[in-house]
Amino acid sequence: MLTKRVIACLDVRGGRVVKGIQFVDIVDAGDPAELAHRHAAAGADEIVLLDITATHEGRGTLIDTVRRTAEKLFVPFTVGGGIRSAEDAEAVFTAGADKVSINSSAIARPELIGEIGSSFGAQAVIVAIDARRGPNGVSDAEVYVSGGRKPTGRNVVEWAREAEQRGAGEILLTSMDTDGMRNGFDCELTRAVSEAVQIPVIASGGAGSAAHFAEVFKLGKADAALAASIFHFGVTDSRALKAEVAAAGVAMRLPC
Amino acid sequence: MVVYGGGNVIAVIDYKAGNLTSVVKALRFLGADDVVVTQSHEDVLKADKIVLPGVGHFQATQLLEDLRLTQATREAVAKGTPFLGICVGLQWLYEGSTEAPGTAGLGHFAGQCERFPAVYEGEELKSPHVGWNSLEEVRADSRLLRGVKPGSFVYYTHSWRAPVSADTAASTLYGGAFTGAVERGNVMGVQFHPEKSAETGLKVLNNFLEL
Repeated sequence: MLTKRVIACLDVRGGRVVKGIQFVDIVDAGDPAELAHRHAAAGADEIVLLDITATHEGRGTLIDTVRRTAEKLFVPFTVGGGIRSAEDAEAVFTAGADKVSINSSAIARPELIGEIGSSFGAQAVIVAIDARRGPNGVSDAEVYVSGGRKPTGRNVVEWAREAEQRGAGEILLTSMDTDGMRNGFDCELTRAVSEAVQIPVIASGGAGSAAHFAEVFKLGKADAALAASIFHFGVTDSRALKAEVAAAGVAMRLPC
Repeated sequence: MVVYGGGNVIAVIDYKAGNLTSVVKALRFLGADDVVVTQSHEDVLKADKIVLPGVGHFQATQLLEDLRLTQATREAVAKGTPFLGICVGLQWLYEGSTEAPGTAGLGHFAGQCERFPAVYEGEELKSPHVGWNSLEEVRADSRLLRGVKPGSFVYYTHSWRAPVSADTAASTLYGGAFTGAVERGNVMGVQFHPEKSAETGLKVLNNFLEL
Protein backbone atom coordinates (compact mmCIF):
# COMPACT_ATOMS: atom_id res chain seq x y z
CA MET A 1 0.00 0.00 0.00
CA LEU A 2 1.25 3.50 -0.83
CA THR A 3 2.13 5.22 2.42
CA LYS A 4 1.95 8.87 3.38
CA ARG A 5 5.36 10.50 3.66
CA VAL A 6 6.86 12.27 6.65
CA ILE A 7 9.54 14.68 5.48
CA ALA A 8 12.21 16.24 7.66
CA CYS A 9 13.21 19.74 6.61
CA LEU A 10 16.57 21.31 7.41
CA ASP A 11 16.84 25.09 7.15
CA VAL A 12 20.46 25.83 6.32
CA ARG A 13 22.40 29.08 6.52
CA GLY A 14 26.09 29.33 5.86
CA GLY A 15 26.45 25.55 5.92
CA ARG A 16 24.76 25.05 9.30
CA VAL A 17 21.23 23.99 10.18
CA VAL A 18 19.42 26.86 11.86
CA LYS A 19 16.16 27.09 13.61
CA GLY A 20 14.07 30.20 14.07
CA ILE A 21 10.72 30.95 15.57
CA GLN A 22 8.73 33.33 13.37
CA PHE A 23 11.92 34.26 11.51
CA VAL A 24 13.72 35.51 14.63
CA ASP A 25 15.79 33.99 17.40
CA ILE A 26 17.84 31.94 14.98
CA VAL A 27 19.86 29.32 16.79
CA ASP A 28 22.37 26.77 15.56
CA ALA A 29 20.92 23.26 15.37
CA GLY A 30 23.87 21.38 13.92
CA ASP A 31 25.60 19.96 10.86
CA PRO A 32 23.27 19.30 7.89
CA ALA A 33 24.91 16.04 6.77
CA GLU A 34 24.85 14.63 10.28
CA LEU A 35 21.25 15.69 10.92
CA ALA A 36 20.07 14.37 7.54
CA HIS A 37 21.52 10.95 8.31
CA ARG A 38 20.07 10.93 11.76
CA HIS A 39 16.62 11.74 10.35
CA ALA A 40 16.90 9.08 7.65
CA ALA A 41 18.00 6.48 10.20
CA ALA A 42 15.09 7.46 12.44
CA GLY A 43 12.63 6.77 9.64
CA ALA A 44 12.11 10.08 7.83
CA ASP A 45 10.84 9.23 4.34
CA GLU A 46 12.59 12.15 2.69
CA ILE A 47 14.94 14.96 3.51
CA VAL A 48 14.49 18.56 2.34
CA LEU A 49 17.30 21.06 2.67
CA LEU A 50 16.26 24.69 2.34
CA ASP A 51 19.02 27.22 1.90
CA ILE A 52 18.08 30.47 3.58
CA THR A 53 21.37 32.14 2.69
CA ALA A 54 20.78 34.94 0.24
CA THR A 55 24.39 35.84 -0.48
CA HIS A 56 26.50 34.85 -3.45
CA GLU A 57 29.24 33.41 -1.21
CA GLY A 58 26.61 31.26 0.42
CA ARG A 59 25.88 29.47 -2.86
CA GLY A 60 29.29 27.83 -3.00
CA THR A 61 28.88 26.68 0.57
CA LEU A 62 25.47 25.30 -0.35
CA ILE A 63 26.82 23.09 -3.15
CA ASP A 64 29.44 21.74 -0.78
CA THR A 65 26.79 21.15 1.88
CA VAL A 66 24.55 19.34 -0.63
CA ARG A 67 27.45 17.13 -1.72
CA ARG A 68 28.39 16.23 1.84
CA THR A 69 24.77 15.59 2.81
CA ALA A 70 23.98 13.49 -0.26
CA GLU A 71 27.12 11.39 -0.08
CA LYS A 72 25.70 8.60 2.05
CA LEU A 73 22.01 9.49 1.99
CA PHE A 74 19.85 6.82 0.36
CA VAL A 75 16.39 8.35 0.67
CA PRO A 76 14.98 11.06 -1.62
CA PHE A 77 16.75 14.37 -1.11
CA THR A 78 15.34 17.76 -2.14
CA VAL A 79 17.20 21.06 -2.19
CA GLY A 80 15.53 24.46 -2.32
CA GLY A 81 16.37 28.13 -1.91
CA GLY A 82 17.84 30.50 -4.43
CA ILE A 83 17.45 28.25 -7.51
CA ARG A 84 16.77 30.75 -10.27
CA SER A 85 17.80 28.94 -13.45
CA ALA A 86 18.18 25.50 -15.01
CA GLU A 87 21.95 25.92 -14.44
CA ASP A 88 21.41 26.50 -10.69
CA ALA A 89 19.28 23.35 -10.63
CA GLU A 90 21.87 21.34 -12.53
CA ALA A 91 24.54 22.31 -10.02
CA VAL A 92 22.55 20.92 -7.08
CA PHE A 93 21.57 17.78 -9.03
CA THR A 94 25.21 17.14 -9.85
CA ALA A 95 26.04 17.58 -6.18
CA GLY A 96 23.57 14.80 -5.36
CA ALA A 97 20.05 16.25 -4.98
CA ASP A 98 17.17 14.21 -6.41
CA LYS A 99 14.68 17.06 -6.60
CA VAL A 100 14.79 20.83 -6.47
CA SER A 101 12.21 23.08 -4.89
CA ILE A 102 11.56 26.39 -6.63
CA ASN A 103 9.39 29.20 -5.32
CA SER A 104 9.88 32.91 -6.13
CA SER A 105 11.76 32.06 -9.32
CA ALA A 106 8.83 29.98 -10.63
CA ILE A 107 6.43 32.87 -10.05
CA ALA A 108 8.85 35.28 -11.72
CA ARG A 109 9.36 33.01 -14.72
CA PRO A 110 6.98 30.01 -14.82
CA GLU A 111 8.83 28.56 -17.85
CA LEU A 112 11.57 27.54 -15.42
CA ILE A 113 9.38 24.63 -14.24
CA GLY A 114 9.38 23.06 -17.71
CA GLU A 115 13.01 23.90 -18.36
CA ILE A 116 14.23 21.95 -15.35
CA GLY A 117 11.69 19.18 -15.99
CA SER A 118 12.76 18.65 -19.59
CA SER A 119 16.33 17.85 -18.54
CA PHE A 120 15.78 16.07 -15.24
CA GLY A 121 12.18 14.83 -15.39
CA ALA A 122 9.01 16.24 -13.85
CA GLN A 123 9.56 14.13 -10.72
CA ALA A 124 12.61 16.29 -9.96
CA VAL A 125 10.72 19.60 -9.82
CA ILE A 126 8.81 20.67 -6.73
CA VAL A 127 7.00 23.99 -6.88
CA ALA A 128 6.87 25.51 -3.40
CA ILE A 129 3.99 27.83 -2.63
CA ASP A 130 3.93 30.12 0.40
CA ALA A 131 0.28 30.88 1.04
CA ARG A 132 -1.75 33.17 3.24
CA ARG A 133 -5.54 33.06 3.51
CA GLY A 134 -7.43 36.07 2.16
CA PRO A 135 -10.41 37.96 3.60
CA ASN A 136 -12.69 35.12 2.45
CA GLY A 137 -10.41 32.39 3.77
CA VAL A 138 -9.14 29.55 1.60
CA SER A 139 -10.97 30.55 -1.59
CA ASP A 140 -8.87 33.69 -1.97
CA ALA A 141 -5.66 32.48 -0.39
CA GLU A 142 -2.78 34.40 -1.96
CA VAL A 143 0.71 33.37 -3.06
CA TYR A 144 3.61 35.19 -1.37
CA VAL A 145 7.25 35.23 -2.51
CA SER A 146 10.65 36.37 -1.24
CA GLY A 147 10.44 34.38 1.96
CA GLY A 148 6.87 35.44 2.60
CA ARG A 149 7.57 39.17 2.36
CA LYS A 150 5.91 39.98 -0.98
CA PRO A 151 2.29 39.33 -1.94
CA THR A 152 1.86 38.47 -5.62
CA GLY A 153 -1.87 38.85 -6.15
CA ARG A 154 -1.95 35.25 -7.41
CA ASN A 155 -4.58 32.82 -6.17
CA VAL A 156 -3.03 29.73 -4.52
CA VAL A 157 -5.25 27.07 -6.11
CA GLU A 158 -4.94 28.65 -9.57
CA TRP A 159 -1.16 28.85 -9.29
CA ALA A 160 -0.98 25.22 -8.14
CA ARG A 161 -2.98 24.18 -11.22
CA GLU A 162 -0.75 26.22 -13.50
CA ALA A 163 2.40 24.74 -11.92
CA GLU A 164 1.01 21.26 -12.57
CA GLN A 165 0.21 22.09 -16.19
CA ARG A 166 3.72 23.44 -16.65
CA GLY A 167 5.16 20.16 -15.49
CA ALA A 168 5.73 20.34 -11.73
CA GLY A 169 6.11 16.91 -10.14
CA GLU A 170 4.88 17.90 -6.69
CA ILE A 171 3.55 20.92 -4.80
CA LEU A 172 5.06 21.96 -1.46
CA LEU A 173 2.39 24.08 0.18
CA THR A 174 3.39 26.16 3.21
CA SER A 175 0.72 27.99 5.13
CA MET A 176 2.14 31.25 6.44
CA ASP A 177 -0.84 31.50 8.79
CA THR A 178 0.07 28.32 10.64
CA ASP A 179 3.86 28.25 10.10
CA GLY A 180 5.87 28.20 13.30
CA MET A 181 2.79 28.13 15.51
CA ARG A 182 2.84 24.38 16.20
CA ASN A 183 -0.96 24.37 16.31
CA GLY A 184 -1.45 22.12 13.31
CA PHE A 185 -1.35 22.35 9.51
CA ASP A 186 -3.91 24.34 7.50
CA CYS A 187 -5.96 21.27 6.55
CA GLU A 188 -8.63 23.20 4.68
CA LEU A 189 -6.14 24.96 2.43
CA THR A 190 -4.17 21.74 1.86
CA ARG A 191 -7.34 19.91 0.88
CA ALA A 192 -8.35 22.66 -1.56
CA VAL A 193 -5.01 22.37 -3.36
CA SER A 194 -4.86 18.58 -3.17
CA GLU A 195 -8.29 18.26 -4.76
CA ALA A 196 -7.39 20.74 -7.50
CA VAL A 197 -4.30 18.87 -8.78
CA GLN A 198 -3.33 15.30 -9.69
CA ILE A 199 0.27 15.59 -8.50
CA PRO A 200 1.25 14.95 -4.86
CA VAL A 201 0.85 17.78 -2.35
CA ILE A 202 3.27 18.16 0.56
CA ALA A 203 1.76 20.07 3.48
CA SER A 204 3.98 22.35 5.50
CA GLY A 205 3.64 24.84 8.34
CA GLY A 206 2.28 24.25 11.80
CA ALA A 207 3.37 20.74 12.75
CA GLY A 208 3.42 20.39 16.52
CA SER A 209 2.35 16.81 17.19
CA ALA A 210 1.66 13.42 15.60
CA ALA A 211 -2.05 14.23 15.73
CA HIS A 212 -1.43 17.19 13.41
CA PHE A 213 0.16 14.89 10.84
CA ALA A 214 -2.75 12.42 11.04
CA GLU A 215 -5.17 15.33 10.54
CA VAL A 216 -3.48 16.74 7.47
CA PHE A 217 -3.25 13.28 5.87
CA LYS A 218 -6.90 12.47 6.54
CA LEU A 219 -8.73 15.82 6.44
CA GLY A 220 -6.23 17.73 4.33
CA LYS A 221 -5.73 14.88 1.81
CA ALA A 222 -2.00 15.61 1.85
CA ASP A 223 0.28 13.00 0.27
CA ALA A 224 3.18 14.05 2.45
CA ALA A 225 3.79 16.41 5.33
CA LEU A 226 6.91 18.29 6.25
CA ALA A 227 8.21 19.56 9.52
CA ALA A 228 11.38 21.21 10.67
CA SER A 229 11.43 22.49 14.18
CA ILE A 230 9.70 19.60 15.94
CA PHE A 231 12.52 17.30 14.84
CA HIS A 232 15.30 19.45 16.21
CA PHE A 233 16.90 19.09 19.60
CA GLY A 234 15.46 15.59 20.00
CA VAL A 235 11.95 16.88 20.66
CA THR A 236 10.62 13.91 18.75
CA ASP A 237 11.95 11.65 16.02
CA SER A 238 10.26 10.25 12.95
CA ARG A 239 10.09 6.73 14.32
CA ALA A 240 7.96 7.69 17.32
CA LEU A 241 5.99 10.20 15.29
CA LYS A 242 5.19 7.71 12.51
CA ALA A 243 4.18 5.00 14.95
CA GLU A 244 1.64 7.42 16.44
CA VAL A 245 0.37 8.50 13.02
CA ALA A 246 0.02 4.83 12.01
CA ALA A 247 -1.92 4.13 15.19
CA ALA A 248 -4.33 6.87 14.10
CA GLY A 249 -5.07 4.83 10.98
CA VAL A 250 -2.75 6.36 8.37
CA ALA A 251 -0.52 4.07 6.25
CA MET A 252 3.10 4.73 7.21
CA ARG A 253 6.41 3.13 6.27
CA LEU A 254 7.61 1.69 9.55
CA PRO A 255 10.88 -0.15 10.09
CA CYS A 256 10.51 -3.95 9.81
CA MET B 1 36.84 -2.94 -1.01
CA VAL B 2 35.20 -5.42 -3.36
CA VAL B 3 32.26 -7.07 -1.66
CA TYR B 4 30.87 -9.02 -4.59
CA GLY B 5 31.95 -11.99 -6.68
CA GLY B 6 32.32 -12.10 -10.48
CA GLY B 7 33.81 -9.38 -12.62
CA ASN B 8 33.76 -5.85 -11.43
CA VAL B 9 33.43 -3.42 -14.31
CA ILE B 10 29.95 -1.93 -14.08
CA ALA B 11 28.75 -0.03 -17.14
CA VAL B 12 26.08 2.52 -16.23
CA ILE B 13 24.43 3.54 -19.47
CA ASP B 14 23.92 7.29 -19.86
CA TYR B 15 21.10 8.00 -22.30
CA LYS B 16 20.51 11.57 -21.15
CA ALA B 17 17.41 10.70 -19.14
CA GLY B 18 17.73 12.30 -15.76
CA ASN B 19 20.32 12.24 -13.11
CA LEU B 20 22.77 9.36 -12.74
CA THR B 21 24.55 10.76 -9.69
CA SER B 22 22.49 8.87 -7.13
CA VAL B 23 22.77 5.47 -8.82
CA VAL B 24 26.53 5.74 -9.30
CA LYS B 25 26.95 6.99 -5.72
CA ALA B 26 25.02 4.00 -4.33
CA LEU B 27 27.02 1.49 -6.40
CA ARG B 28 30.29 3.02 -5.22
CA PHE B 29 29.05 3.10 -1.62
CA LEU B 30 28.51 -0.66 -1.91
CA GLY B 31 32.08 -1.17 -3.01
CA ALA B 32 31.83 -1.11 -6.81
CA ASP B 33 35.00 0.83 -7.54
CA ASP B 34 35.02 0.37 -11.31
CA VAL B 35 31.85 2.12 -12.42
CA VAL B 36 31.93 3.46 -15.98
CA VAL B 37 29.24 5.95 -17.02
CA THR B 38 29.05 5.48 -20.75
CA GLN B 39 27.28 5.85 -24.07
CA SER B 40 29.69 3.52 -25.87
CA HIS B 41 28.44 0.18 -27.17
CA GLU B 42 31.97 -1.19 -26.78
CA ASP B 43 31.96 -0.40 -23.05
CA VAL B 44 28.62 -2.14 -22.75
CA LEU B 45 29.89 -5.25 -24.56
CA LYS B 46 33.05 -5.41 -22.41
CA ALA B 47 31.36 -4.75 -19.06
CA ASP B 48 30.92 -7.44 -16.42
CA LYS B 49 27.57 -5.97 -15.43
CA ILE B 50 25.27 -3.41 -17.01
CA VAL B 51 22.96 -0.92 -15.28
CA LEU B 52 20.40 1.10 -17.21
CA PRO B 53 18.96 3.81 -14.94
CA GLY B 54 16.62 6.51 -16.08
CA VAL B 55 13.72 8.62 -15.14
CA GLY B 56 11.62 10.65 -17.48
CA HIS B 57 10.02 9.90 -20.81
CA PHE B 58 10.08 6.51 -22.58
CA GLN B 59 10.94 8.43 -25.76
CA ALA B 60 14.43 9.02 -24.33
CA THR B 61 15.22 5.32 -24.82
CA GLN B 62 15.21 5.96 -28.59
CA LEU B 63 18.80 7.16 -28.08
CA LEU B 64 19.77 3.59 -27.12
CA GLU B 65 18.83 2.41 -30.59
CA ASP B 66 20.51 5.41 -32.21
CA LEU B 67 23.78 4.74 -30.36
CA ARG B 68 23.66 0.98 -31.16
CA LEU B 69 23.30 0.27 -27.45
CA THR B 70 20.20 -1.85 -28.00
CA GLN B 71 22.22 -4.27 -30.14
CA ALA B 72 25.13 -4.21 -27.66
CA THR B 73 22.73 -5.00 -24.82
CA ARG B 74 21.25 -7.93 -26.78
CA GLU B 75 24.71 -9.36 -27.38
CA ALA B 76 25.89 -8.82 -23.80
CA VAL B 77 22.75 -10.35 -22.35
CA ALA B 78 23.02 -13.33 -24.72
CA LYS B 79 26.49 -14.13 -23.41
CA GLY B 80 25.21 -13.96 -19.82
CA THR B 81 26.17 -10.46 -18.61
CA PRO B 82 23.89 -9.49 -15.69
CA PHE B 83 21.69 -6.52 -16.62
CA LEU B 84 19.67 -4.27 -14.30
CA GLY B 85 17.15 -1.73 -15.59
CA ILE B 86 15.86 0.89 -13.17
CA CYS B 87 12.54 2.76 -13.57
CA VAL B 88 12.29 3.61 -17.29
CA GLY B 89 15.20 1.14 -17.59
CA LEU B 90 12.81 -1.63 -16.47
CA GLN B 91 10.09 -0.43 -18.82
CA TRP B 92 12.52 -0.56 -21.75
CA LEU B 93 12.96 -4.32 -21.18
CA TYR B 94 9.33 -4.77 -22.33
CA GLU B 95 8.01 -4.48 -25.88
CA GLY B 96 7.17 -0.81 -25.57
CA SER B 97 5.13 1.81 -23.76
CA THR B 98 1.99 3.73 -24.60
CA GLU B 99 4.00 6.80 -23.50
CA ALA B 100 5.94 6.66 -26.78
CA PRO B 101 4.21 4.23 -29.16
CA GLY B 102 6.79 4.83 -31.91
CA THR B 103 9.74 3.74 -29.76
CA ALA B 104 10.32 -0.01 -29.38
CA GLY B 105 11.64 -1.48 -26.17
CA LEU B 106 14.11 -4.36 -26.00
CA GLY B 107 11.22 -6.85 -26.00
CA HIS B 108 13.00 -9.20 -23.61
CA PHE B 109 9.81 -9.43 -21.57
CA ALA B 110 6.37 -9.68 -23.14
CA GLY B 111 3.87 -6.88 -22.72
CA GLN B 112 3.40 -3.13 -23.02
CA CYS B 113 3.82 -0.52 -20.32
CA GLU B 114 0.69 1.51 -19.72
CA ARG B 115 -0.33 4.58 -17.77
CA PHE B 116 -2.02 4.21 -14.39
CA PRO B 117 -5.80 4.38 -14.80
CA ALA B 118 -7.36 7.74 -13.83
CA VAL B 119 -10.04 5.87 -11.90
CA TYR B 120 -9.67 2.55 -10.09
CA GLU B 121 -12.56 0.71 -8.47
CA GLY B 122 -14.70 3.83 -8.61
CA GLU B 123 -12.10 6.05 -6.93
CA GLU B 124 -9.95 8.71 -8.52
CA LEU B 125 -6.33 7.54 -8.69
CA LYS B 126 -3.60 10.16 -8.45
CA SER B 127 -0.80 9.93 -10.97
CA PRO B 128 2.21 9.96 -10.80
CA HIS B 129 2.57 7.25 -8.17
CA VAL B 130 5.06 8.89 -5.81
CA GLY B 131 6.28 7.59 -2.49
CA TRP B 132 7.06 4.48 -0.49
CA ASN B 133 5.05 1.41 -1.38
CA SER B 134 5.49 -2.23 -0.43
CA LEU B 135 6.78 -5.20 -2.43
CA GLU B 136 4.31 -8.10 -2.50
CA GLU B 137 4.45 -11.65 -3.85
CA VAL B 138 8.26 -11.66 -3.69
CA ARG B 139 9.39 -14.68 -5.74
CA ALA B 140 11.41 -17.06 -3.56
CA ASP B 141 13.84 -17.92 -6.38
CA SER B 142 14.68 -14.28 -7.20
CA ARG B 143 18.41 -13.63 -6.99
CA LEU B 144 17.90 -9.87 -7.16
CA LEU B 145 15.50 -9.85 -4.20
CA ARG B 146 17.35 -12.36 -2.06
CA GLY B 147 16.71 -11.51 1.59
CA VAL B 148 14.01 -8.93 0.77
CA LYS B 149 10.93 -9.70 2.82
CA PRO B 150 7.43 -9.28 1.38
CA GLY B 151 6.04 -6.01 2.72
CA SER B 152 9.40 -4.22 2.47
CA PHE B 153 9.03 -0.60 1.40
CA VAL B 154 10.70 0.94 -1.63
CA TYR B 155 10.52 4.39 -3.21
CA TYR B 156 8.61 4.88 -6.48
CA THR B 157 8.06 7.84 -8.77
CA HIS B 158 6.43 7.05 -12.14
CA SER B 159 3.25 7.34 -14.21
CA TRP B 160 3.65 4.30 -16.47
CA ARG B 161 3.93 0.71 -15.29
CA ALA B 162 4.71 -2.77 -16.54
CA PRO B 163 2.12 -5.56 -16.36
CA VAL B 164 2.43 -8.55 -14.03
CA SER B 165 3.59 -11.74 -15.77
CA ALA B 166 5.37 -15.01 -14.99
CA ASP B 167 8.68 -13.09 -15.00
CA THR B 168 7.52 -10.70 -12.27
CA ALA B 169 9.77 -11.09 -9.21
CA ALA B 170 7.67 -8.83 -6.97
CA SER B 171 4.54 -6.79 -7.48
CA THR B 172 3.24 -3.59 -5.94
CA LEU B 173 -0.35 -2.49 -5.53
CA TYR B 174 -1.47 0.90 -6.85
CA GLY B 175 -4.53 0.95 -9.07
CA GLY B 176 -4.16 -2.85 -9.16
CA ALA B 177 -0.95 -4.88 -9.22
CA PHE B 178 2.00 -3.92 -11.40
CA THR B 179 5.55 -5.25 -11.75
CA GLY B 180 7.82 -3.82 -9.06
CA ALA B 181 10.70 -6.12 -10.01
CA VAL B 182 11.20 -8.46 -12.96
CA GLU B 183 13.78 -11.18 -13.42
CA ARG B 184 14.53 -14.01 -15.85
CA GLY B 185 18.01 -15.43 -15.84
CA ASN B 186 20.55 -12.62 -16.01
CA VAL B 187 18.07 -9.91 -17.05
CA MET B 188 16.47 -7.93 -14.23
CA GLY B 189 14.62 -4.71 -13.66
CA VAL B 190 13.11 -2.66 -10.85
CA GLN B 191 10.44 -0.02 -11.27
CA PHE B 192 11.35 1.50 -7.91
CA HIS B 193 14.53 3.46 -7.18
CA PRO B 194 16.86 1.17 -5.21
CA GLU B 195 19.33 4.05 -4.82
CA LYS B 196 16.62 5.95 -2.88
CA SER B 197 15.03 3.04 -1.02
CA ALA B 198 17.16 3.00 2.12
CA GLU B 199 18.33 -0.43 3.40
CA THR B 200 15.99 -2.44 1.16
CA GLY B 201 17.23 -0.67 -1.95
CA LEU B 202 20.88 -1.10 -1.01
CA LYS B 203 20.25 -4.81 -0.42
CA VAL B 204 18.84 -5.15 -3.95
CA LEU B 205 21.80 -3.34 -5.48
CA ASN B 206 24.23 -5.40 -3.44
CA ASN B 207 22.52 -8.61 -4.58
CA PHE B 208 23.05 -7.46 -8.16
CA LEU B 209 26.70 -6.64 -7.52
CA GLU B 210 27.22 -10.09 -5.99
CA LEU B 211 25.92 -11.96 -9.06
